[in-house]
Amino acid sequence: MTEATLGASSGPTPPASPPGARRSAAGSSSTWSLIDRLGLAFAWFLGLLFCAITAAIVIFLAVQGIRYLRPYMLWTNPKVSDTQAGSGGFLDPMLGTLIVSTIAIAIAGPVGVGVAVWLSEYSRPTGLARAVESTIEMLAGAPTVALALFGVLLFESPVLGFLSTTSHGVVYGYSFFAAGAILSLVALPYVVASAREGLQAIPNHVREASYAVGKTKIATIRRVLLPAARPSVITGNMLGVGHVIGDTAIILLLLGDTQTFQGVGHVPLLGILRGTGSTLTSYVFDNAPTGAYNQPNKAYAAAFVLLLIVLGLNLVVDVFGRRSKDLRWS
Amino acid sequence: MELNRPPRVRRLSSADSVTARPPRSEAPTVVNGHGPATTNGAGATSSFVGARRPARASVPTIDRMQVEQVSIAYGSKLAVKSVSLPIRQGEVLALIGPSGCGKTTLLRSLNRLTELTRTASLTGQITLDGTDITTLEPTALRRRVTMVFQQPNPFPMSVFENVAYVLRDQAKRRPRRESLRPQVETALARAGLLEEVADNLDHPALRLSGGQQQRLCIARALAAQPEVLLLDEPCSALDPRSTSVIEDLIVKLREQVAVVIVTHNLQQAHRIADNVGFMYLGELVEYASSTTLFGSPRQQRTKDYVSGAFG
Repeated sequence: MTEATLGASSGPTPPASPPGARRSAAGSSSTWSLIDRLGLAFAWFLGLLFCAITAAIVIFLAVQGIRYLRPYMLWTNPKVSDTQAGSGGFLDPMLGTLIVSTIAIAIAGPVGVGVAVWLSEYSRPTGLARAVESTIEMLAGAPTVALALFGVLLFESPVLGFLSTTSHGVVYGYSFFAAGAILSLVALPYVVASAREGLQAIPNHVREASYAVGKTKIATIRRVLLPAARPSVITGNMLGVGHVIGDTAIILLLLGDTQTFQGVGHVPLLGILRGTGSTLTSYVFDNAPTGAYNQPNKAYAAAFVLLLIVLGLNLVVDVFGRRSKDLRWS
Repeated sequence: MELNRPPRVRRLSSADSVTARPPRSEAPTVVNGHGPATTNGAGATSSFVGARRPARASVPTIDRMQVEQVSIAYGSKLAVKSVSLPIRQGEVLALIGPSGCGKTTLLRSLNRLTELTRTASLTGQITLDGTDITTLEPTALRRRVTMVFQQPNPFPMSVFENVAYVLRDQAKRRPRRESLRPQVETALARAGLLEEVADNLDHPALRLSGGQQQRLCIARALAAQPEVLLLDEPCSALDPRSTSVIEDLIVKLREQVAVVIVTHNLQQAHRIADNVGFMYLGELVEYASSTTLFGSPRQQRTKDYVSGAFG
């Protein structure tokens, strides 16, 4: 330690700082009891440990990903091969991720916002509102593999079988429709929670201001409340998409694990949607050292892409969250 | 800045379809004086230490609303007890009283906003131009009796859209903005905001200053062409300069609409009101002209309140 720092610590406190001023947590803790100081140290340790673990995962995936990721992988399809070089890229899995998340959010977005509006603005009878609330919470807590199993039963049934039927009339229970529909249940709680939070953050006098110029409740919801809650709605949808993209169990049980699209019928897009395929998660699952295809280099590259997508979504959520605090009522 | 000198008001130009009647004296607790304020008598013994009220031209009055024996309860708790009052165009009526005395509840009952509270119940009768308001559609009533709130609460859209929203039918997007522009500008001008926002009507309303936001809320309330304008402590969140601008505005507006203002601020009531109702614990203790109520109140409780003995 230099003389200057020693001098500063032993010398009189500078006149500028008032007696009660404390510069840092460490500075303030000098008068604490031992147990409190230990607690503080433990909290610091855990916080740093958490950062370290997260950083380790991201850095590991980034290093491995950058090492193995090649541009061609983004526009070639997977091929079954014994060698890493011959196994192609992951175009179809990426498109698969895009398709399932689009289907899932196309269902969960409107339904979730509707549920949130009902819970926040109507919620009568109270008993029903409470039941809906706990249903949404249960859905958020349910293991996705259980949802997937339910989905298999649902889409194998004669009523919904047409969504996953091959040209030969065989019902699979596997299709992009089936996977997307069940994945919407994964996204739903995030959309509901976030949209509801956004609606409830609007002060009541804003609603009343709209009623007080002769507007009905529904007009108020459409023209005032939903636009005001838009940043929260977008945040909820993004969070939902993030979880849909990351889900594996539902994809494995309801989309199958054919690495490329196996369409059904001759209608171009509909055929793909009724058929099977893969997503980035199931691609990583299959190509992991423990998976069926065992192409670990490809798994690292795909996992890195997956991570980038999810981190990108989180960034968008952050930006919208910050913007929503920008324009508020006092 | 002249805080207590409202501008001279113009004469009421047209009396619509409603016939102007001479002021009546029938409110139950009314003490002699009411009607347009007159010059503050030099000899009036004032129990109120505040800005003296300047002389002001009187405006012919038109009866708009009549509150008769109105009681409002939340559940079993009586918030307003058998209140009767006239509300007239050409006058500013101020409701004063300590917190929780029912003045805001009474104000909200005038356009049936109290009905939004599930437990609220109302007895008695309120009429608007002779029609019982319970026989009107709430949405139609609320366009004729609009309200401005304590907190400035512009909608999260542009200044233009805030006013246009009121002009359009419910949630409709039509008519388009070009055809609404004259009406929007008129409303903004009536609220004294047009000059400040004319060059950028697409400015987000929530980026305006607090005083401008509140005037936008008044513009919004005026855009519906109401007969009665209710103001619930419109200046309590504002700085003195904005308050003064809004007070001038209120005094100007009284010739076009009946104005009812709830205020905690006695000086404000003294500055702008023609008639004042003092409420205490749900009762209308005294209703009189501003001069009388502040100068020589009849009731002991009023005297105590305006002289600052409690509240």
